[in-house]
Amino acid sequence: MEVPILKQGAVLIATFQAALSDADLNQLRMGLVQQVVKFRSRAVIVDVTAMDVMDSFASRTLREIAHMIRLRGADTVIVGIQPEVAFAMVQLGLTLEGVATALDLEEGLAYLNEKFKTTN
Amino acid sequence: MAKRNETSRETMTLNNQAPELARSEAPSELLRELVAHLRQNRTQLREEWVVRISETRLLTAMTKEEIFAEATSIYDSYVEALETEAFEALQAYARNLSERIIPRGVETHEVVGIVLLLRDVLARSLFAKYQNDFKKLNRILDAYEPAANRIANTVAVGFVQERERVIRQQQEAIRELSTPVLQVRERLLILPIIGVIDPQRARQLTEQLLRGIRTNRAKVVVIDITGVAAMDVTVANHLVQTVEASRLLGATVIVTGLSPEIAQTLVTIGVDLGKMNTVGDLQGGIEQAERVLGYKVATLAEPEPR
Repeated sequence: MEVPILKQGAVLIATFQAALSDADLNQLRMGLVQQVVKFRSRAVIVDVTAMDVMDSFASRTLREIAHMIRLRGADTVIVGIQPEVAFAMVQLGLTLEGVATALDLEEGLAYLNEKFKTTN
Repeated sequence: MAKRNETSRETMTLNNQAPELARSEAPSELLRELVAHLRQNRTQLREEWVVRISETRLLTAMTKEEIFAEATSIYDSYVEALETEAFEALQAYARNLSERIIPRGVETHEVVGIVLLLRDVLARSLFAKYQNDFKKLNRILDAYEPAANRIANTVAVGFVQERERVIRQQQEAIRELSTPVLQVRERLLILPIIGVIDPQRARQLTEQLLRGIRTNRAKVVVIDITGVAAMDVTVANHLVQTVEASRLLGATVIVTGLSPEIAQTLVTIGVDLGKMNTVGDLQGGIEQAERVLGYKVATLAEPEPR
């Protein structure tokens, strides 16, 4: 299942609708990295609220997305990680180092607005 | 004494080859005879038993008088259980006894030990009584041994069950005492931890905290571990993992009140200090959390008159 990427002002929002296959994740990665420059976006929010399992591939892909987008000149925020998923990830050592996280979409947008304000 | 015991056992095995002979007399009749014998020699056997108990240094937590009093009632219940073959009363008594002696630090091996001693003392008296009639002795032992073993079993199981019940009760008490997640300001949670943290409690704490972060939409959490004297490596690792998991939910964790021992543990496991935000005491932690959240606490110029 393809992940829709929505443009909201200077932010791109990708919302996972269900658990994704590895191919979907790869597609999402390419889509985001291309579109972030195409739309001159300043940040990307990836919403994983619907994911109740996060395996190592998904976790690594999320980190790669964040780092690639950083190299393309924008920020990434991962939002909506479930409490159980968060602890399972940490136990597996998948801590998304260097990637910003927020409770949900609203928090993610608030975080980015703060950040935009200070950088302007 | 031991020699005699062995000889009788040998004879017993020999005679076991003719089990029909052994069962020719009704076991209940034999038991009745046995019980009568035990009743008759109650004072002497009980005395001997108490001496054996103190010789083997069992029940050191109790005084001589207490041991004697307990020995008397155990002896009577024992004989009664042999007589009626009903173990409920004995079971109840064992539970009652355990309830009284567990808080005094009596160990499982002591309880099992005294019951086995009683079994031996009684068996010896049977050997002495029937030493001239091995066939009879065998039949008596055939009746006595299963019942005696069952009694020993009942008492031991009763004691262990009581012990387990106490442990369960205490665990529940600890769980209920377990830590609340408190909101002290908008988006600021406090998690004061007191007492010993075992892996189970640590897991429970983490679950509560992560859920609390979600429901209260917290941005900052202060975990205060002033009341925790020490933690082992597993739990320290768990704490670090909790901090990281909280970050994945978008919350910053400030840990306060680390004791020197816990600091040592954390350094030993090589915790990444970039991830752990620590402040000396709870007050400092709350102040820093307020700074992060943009609160400013100021004293009023004039304190309000009381």
